[in-house]
Amino acid sequence: MSTDNTHAAGTAHVAHHFKDATQQYESGKQGIWLFMMTELLMFGAIFVAFAIYHRLYPEMFAEGSKTLDWKMGFTNTLVLIFSSFTMAISIAFIQKNEQKKAIFALATTILCGAVFMVIKYFEYMHKFHLGLFPGNFIDVAKIGAEHANIGMYFGFYYAMTGLHGIHVLVGMGLITWVMIRTIRGEFHSQYWIPVEGVGIFWHIVDLIWIFLFPLLYLVG
Amino acid sequence: MAHSNNNNPNILSPHIAPMATYLKVAGALFALTFLTVIAHQFKAQLGMFASAVAFLIALIKASLVVLWFMHLKDDNNMNRAIFGSAFAFLFLLWVLTELDIITRVFESSPL
Amino acid sequence: MASHAHGDNYINCEKGLWSWLTTVDHKRIGLLYMITVMTFFLIGGIMALLLRLELFAPNAVQGVGGVLKDGNVYNQVMTYHGAIMVFMVIIPGIPAILGNFFLPLQIGAKDVAFPRINLLSWYCLMAGATLALLTLFFNKVDTGWTFYTPYSIRTGASTVLMVLGAFIMGMSSILTGLNFIVTVHKLRAPGMTMHRMPLFVWALYATAIIQMLATPVLAITLLLLAAERLFGVGVFDPKLGGDPVLFQHFFWFYSHPAVYIMVIPAMGVVSELITTFSRKVIFGYTAIAYSSLGIAAVSFFVWGHHMFVSGQSETAGIVFSFLTMLVGVPTAIKMFNWVATMYKGSISFDTPMLYALGFLFLFAIGGVTGIMLATLPINVHFHDTYFVVSHFHYVMVGGTLMSLMGGFFYWFPKMFGKMYSDSMARMSFVFTFIGFNVTFFPQFILGAMGMPRRYFDYIPAFEQLNKISTVGSWLIGIGFVIALITIIQGLRKGEKAPANPWGSKTLEWTVQSPPPHHNFDVEPVVTGGPYEYR
Repeated sequence: MSTDNTHAAGTAHVAHHFKDATQQYESGKQGIWLFMMTELLMFGAIFVAFAIYHRLYPEMFAEGSKTLDWKMGFTNTLVLIFSSFTMAISIAFIQKNEQKKAIFALATTILCGAVFMVIKYFEYMHKFHLGLFPGNFIDVAKIGAEHANIGMYFGFYYAMTGLHGIHVLVGMGLITWVMIRTIRGEFHSQYWIPVEGVGIFWHIVDLIWIFLFPLLYLVG
Repeated sequence: MAHSNNNNPNILSPHIAPMATYLKVAGALFALTFLTVIAHQFKAQLGMFASAVAFLIALIKASLVVLWFMHLKDDNNMNRAIFGSAFAFLFLLWVLTELDIITRVFESSPL
Repeated sequence: MASHAHGDNYINCEKGLWSWLTTVDHKRIGLLYMITVMTFFLIGGIMALLLRLELFAPNAVQGVGGVLKDGNVYNQVMTYHGAIMVFMVIIPGIPAILGNFFLPLQIGAKDVAFPRINLLSWYCLMAGATLALLTLFFNKVDTGWTFYTPYSIRTGASTVLMVLGAFIMGMSSILTGLNFIVTVHKLRAPGMTMHRMPLFVWALYATAIIQMLATPVLAITLLLLAAERLFGVGVFDPKLGGDPVLFQHFFWFYSHPAVYIMVIPAMGVVSELITTFSRKVIFGYTAIAYSSLGIAAVSFFVWGHHMFVSGQSETAGIVFSFLTMLVGVPTAIKMFNWVATMYKGSISFDTPMLYALGFLFLFAIGGVTGIMLATLPINVHFHDTYFVVSHFHYVMVGGTLMSLMGGFFYWFPKMFGKMYSDSMARMSFVFTFIGFNVTFFPQFILGAMGMPRRYFDYIPAFEQLNKISTVGSWLIGIGFVIALITIIQGLRKGEKAPANPWGSKTLEWTVQSPPPHHNFDVEPVVTGGPYEYR
């Protein structure tokens, strides 16, 4: 892979089955969008289930959302938005052959992801401390909930934020991967599609949080 | 999107948004996040509109991310269609499932 | 031709097991899929034979249990038969074997768009299948392949493992679909417009769209089921206020379109076979191409017909019943066009054509009984009887498997550069075709008489028809054994195949058999439609 350094200032490395760099780039881009479509459908289906149960049990969901601290969700929203910003500019830096700045932006993005997860960790720990577990493990009498099926709210809360959290971790791993490759000099103004793909993935993770925040923390 | 201004398909000349654009979009996203929390403080006054306001703001934020950060604004129609079809099919899943649940005759549930 | 270091085709260009396990050549990956799918088919097939053997006579006659120890074992064998055949055989079947091999060749591309992701998708299938089959060593899964809640939440914990296996196999399916869509959009040879693509490619394209849109919903449904089982999230568990019918909605949102993931590629193969062996340009090319997309679209609107008696509302039932009828339209368009293609053609009854004709016959029965089952009141009567079992076997085995065999015998000379014994292959067709009808036609009658599916015993009145059905299953078994022998013989000492043994017109037949490592030594330029016979 290190031989790709020779391309740094020149042209892209085009794989054998592509005719030219444009075809390679556009194929990659379309593949990324198709994959994002599957991500949206996967997350979206839980949102659909959430919408259905929210309509069926509005008071129970209202009771559940009162136990969440919107300040934590708010902080995390700001952190993720900032990380989306640094991710977006890192691609622009690579396209302008400013790799040092790009590496700095990518590192900041990973750091933001870590901050997000730490805040999430404290949020979870606080919930566990209060005995707010999903369905089977919640003791309705002990936490003094009005609705006997309050466990479903926390089922949704943990399922949605948990799956989102896994995506944050995966995203951090992917950004680390493209950062290492940037340090090695594999990306430049003619070849950046893996960074752009990881970036779009990271923005999808942000996008889902943008909806999770009002859904879980504000609306009730 | 890689526009081939030149005729050589082996040279990519992407449309690079200026830093100012990214800063503006990020600023707008921060502002909208604050706005949604401020609106949350007036939940009682807003009544039934509270959730509508919250989701409208989320929708605007999402559009900013999709159009500028993910560059769907400059992308081709196929990729836009791919992105949109996810929502179309989720809508289908939601509508037909709700069609069943809404028209069911519920026995009184103790829950 | 330039001298290659090792050999001049994709099989002998590199040697050793490692070169196969790390290959990114779409043709080699197709063969990897072929070996794995054939193995799974063998396992699933043996289980089917066991099930039929158990049902040879009622338990009052053969003593409680018969071949299988008891009803529990029957449930487990039935579950693994279903899960293996659906997730590991029919869904990857045609797209991953024949599609992988021939989609790039048919559109004049050197490979699929993402060769490494293509290999990854095979490893996903292997990992998922391993995970799912690991459950055989723990408490065996007995939920049926549908994993319906709440039973799947309460029964043995290995359901979680099985469900995660299915999740990973779903990823394999998504990655294959992603590859195919991008390949079709971006990698066509010069002159190969969308409307010059072979109909097999159109079918794979429509299939890939379904794979991409439906599988993610199954993925999340299975994850939620696993979470339900592990943490009790309450989404599908009625004890916690959840709705088990919601599981069925989410499950069938994938699994009904999945039926078309299984059958649309089969239709694509049949389009190729009918036009080739009728020596006639296909009738209604555009109609067949777009009806594939039509089926793909309609398939997302009809899932509720699996749930007519599940507690779904009557209103939803009526709507789904009407919507389901729509599937008949694009399907019939295809049927009529195939028949019209054969009209006044010079038909040669080579083995692939026999399988294609078998497909037409069996799929017509499967399709028409499908319309019967779509009718709400008839469905309520037939629901969960052998009528349904027979219907979907006519579609999936009579449709997909027939076409897979036909396609395999059609492209065998291209894949391996060898010819097989035509008389042996015809014999395998005769046994499978007759055996299939003997097995499954009586099941229509049994179902109409009221024999429920998934039971390990029955009343003595059903004995005769069950006996016939079991004998039929042996005939199918013999048919596939003959096919296997034909293949092995062909591989070992078959004559060398010419580049184009059938006189076909599509691009894959313009290269040598087996194809060279990079498919085309010179990039083809396409100037006309795919089937210019006369």
